[in-house]
Amino acid sequence: MSLNPNAKVVLEVKDLKTYFKTDAGIVKAVDGVSFTVREGETIGIVGESGSGKSVTNLSVMRLIPSPPGKIVGGEVLFEGEDILKLTEKEMREIRGNKISMIFQDPMTSLNPFLKISTQMVETIRLHEKHVTKQEALKRSIEMLKLVGIPSAEKRIQSYPHQFSGGMRQRVMIAMALSCNAQVLVADEPTTALDVTIQAQILELIDKLSTKMGTAVILITHDLGVVAGMCDQVCVMYAGRVVEKALTEDLYARPSHPYTEGLIKSVPRMDTTKKGNRLFSIEGQPPNVIDLPPCCPFHPRCIKAMEVCRHAYPPIKDLGNGHEVACWLYADEATKAKALAEANVEEKAT
Amino acid sequence: MTKYIVNRLLGMIPTLLIIITLSFFIVRIAPGGPFATERNLPEVVKRNIEAKYHLNEPMIQQYGRYMFDILRGDLGPSFKYKDYNVNYYIANSLPKSIVLGSWAMLLALVFGISAGIIAAVRQNSWIDYLSMGVAVIGISVPLFVIAPVLQLFFAMKLKWLPTSGWYTTGEGWKTVILPAVSLSFAYFANIARLTRSSMLETLRSDYIRTAKAKGMKSTTIIFKHAMKGAMLPIVSYLGPAFAGIITGSIVVEQIFRVPGLGKFFVQSSFNRDYTLIVGVVIVYSVILILMNFIVDIVYAQLDPRITYK
Repeated sequence: MSLNPNAKVVLEVKDLKTYFKTDAGIVKAVDGVSFTVREGETIGIVGESGSGKSVTNLSVMRLIPSPPGKIVGGEVLFEGEDILKLTEKEMREIRGNKISMIFQDPMTSLNPFLKISTQMVETIRLHEKHVTKQEALKRSIEMLKLVGIPSAEKRIQSYPHQFSGGMRQRVMIAMALSCNAQVLVADEPTTALDVTIQAQILELIDKLSTKMGTAVILITHDLGVVAGMCDQVCVMYAGRVVEKALTEDLYARPSHPYTEGLIKSVPRMDTTKKGNRLFSIEGQPPNVIDLPPCCPFHPRCIKAMEVCRHAYPPIKDLGNGHEVACWLYADEATKAKALAEANVEEKAT
Repeated sequence: MTKYIVNRLLGMIPTLLIIITLSFFIVRIAPGGPFATERNLPEVVKRNIEAKYHLNEPMIQQYGRYMFDILRGDLGPSFKYKDYNVNYYIANSLPKSIVLGSWAMLLALVFGISAGIIAAVRQNSWIDYLSMGVAVIGISVPLFVIAPVLQLFFAMKLKWLPTSGWYTTGEGWKTVILPAVSLSFAYFANIARLTRSSMLETLRSDYIRTAKAKGMKSTTIIFKHAMKGAMLPIVSYLGPAFAGIITGSIVVEQIFRVPGLGKFFVQSSFNRDYTLIVGVVIVYSVILILMNFIVDIVYAQLDPRITYK
């Protein structure tokens, strides 16, 4: 489970910014997100709804609906190349081939009008033109067997509605991995499923990614899932990464008050007494339209200070790749400087 | 499936019987009649006419006689047009309306679906505004304005096409163009708008996002992944629309002098021509029921989630 620093970096997101233009103002859905994915590694991205998890990964795939969305800054380096600069045609060769994606709702993510075989074969033949239909079909059947679909030869000729939710997600995974993708983006792959099925699907993703050496970006709001599967975790809040650490590190030393709150909010069999209220972080996530330059978490933070209200905290490295964006870890001089600057700016406006 | 088709076809019979019965009694219960004139006819003449058309019998007996005739395929004599029975008028006019209506529908489909798809794919572009603008004109400008304008331009000014008439020999095909184009306008508009909105909705669905994430080209996505789903609302619109268009339009028939079925719908009511009214109602009902039946079959072909037992 520990990170191998020598492993090859497959995907590097640097200071990614994706904004949406709306009538109410500019929504900074993703505002300066950075993370690195190494070969074979699983990275978790956690956060509340609207924290920018999905938009981050749709940006990586360049699938942001535009307008209104637009990637306004940053780089996404895939094998050293900035894919934000690729043409649409070059990008299509990466999508579904080198970077694949599975989505939240397996009930609606497969085309209800086409047979599973059609949908799987077309993916393979799209990226590997020399493969014949028969070969592609054979490979699809093998993939279905691999994800645990019984009598795959027969079932591949079915339509999506003839499968249950969990089975459909298995089909999605088979489809996503049929081209030996290097990165699999799993956008809340288990949110729409029963708890028992959830565990099976996660295990399957874990097993297959290890077997095929695929790096996984797992988007979730379930910290339990993260603990069980991920090597590294990014905690997102209001479009930014507020804490990034190795999984063990994050649970041992949650450093951002938000992360702390999140971990405390997980109901536990051993410590949560019957009849006690579950812990929750007070307040609501902020509206990300026209956020002022401040720590977006400060209205809900129990440790908020004056400086939190006036300037965005710098990112502090706590060692071993554990990064946190919080004023608690800044030295007095930086705080004073930021406060002074903020005062000057506020007076000016 | 075969069982379903047979059941549906058998199910048409009671539906038709109810329609015929209702229309038979409604037209007769309505005040006035085919031979009511301002000046009262001499009693003897009136009695003779009524006897000839069996109007002197009790209504239930007339109904029985009429139903018996229908079972033999006879729609009865027209009360207004002498010498021929209703079958003759329908057999003479319906084929012309079907030809005209089919051409109009073909035009409406080809241009409506293309315009709708282009408008959806290039949403909020000039081509979207242009096609939807034309569609709004098609919906809001009445046929009796569009038709004469087309006549004025293409027949009178450019002299490319005949103003009116209906010939089947020689260059007769030219006579179908203007009426078909005029007739297709409103249908084109509806189809274009329906296609646009349903295509937009489909393109926003999750499975289209999946197709994009697989790296597919947008043209492949539109035609392979989105088309079937987007066509469902069009298909259900087409059933009744097709039944309406091939049974003729009185406006187009009057303006272009097409001897179609449409005029009978209006004239038979004015004339209180009992048998002709019920006759055209039967024709329209049969076509409408058949069309809806075809729609259901096509639906099952398009959408695998629908199965009939």
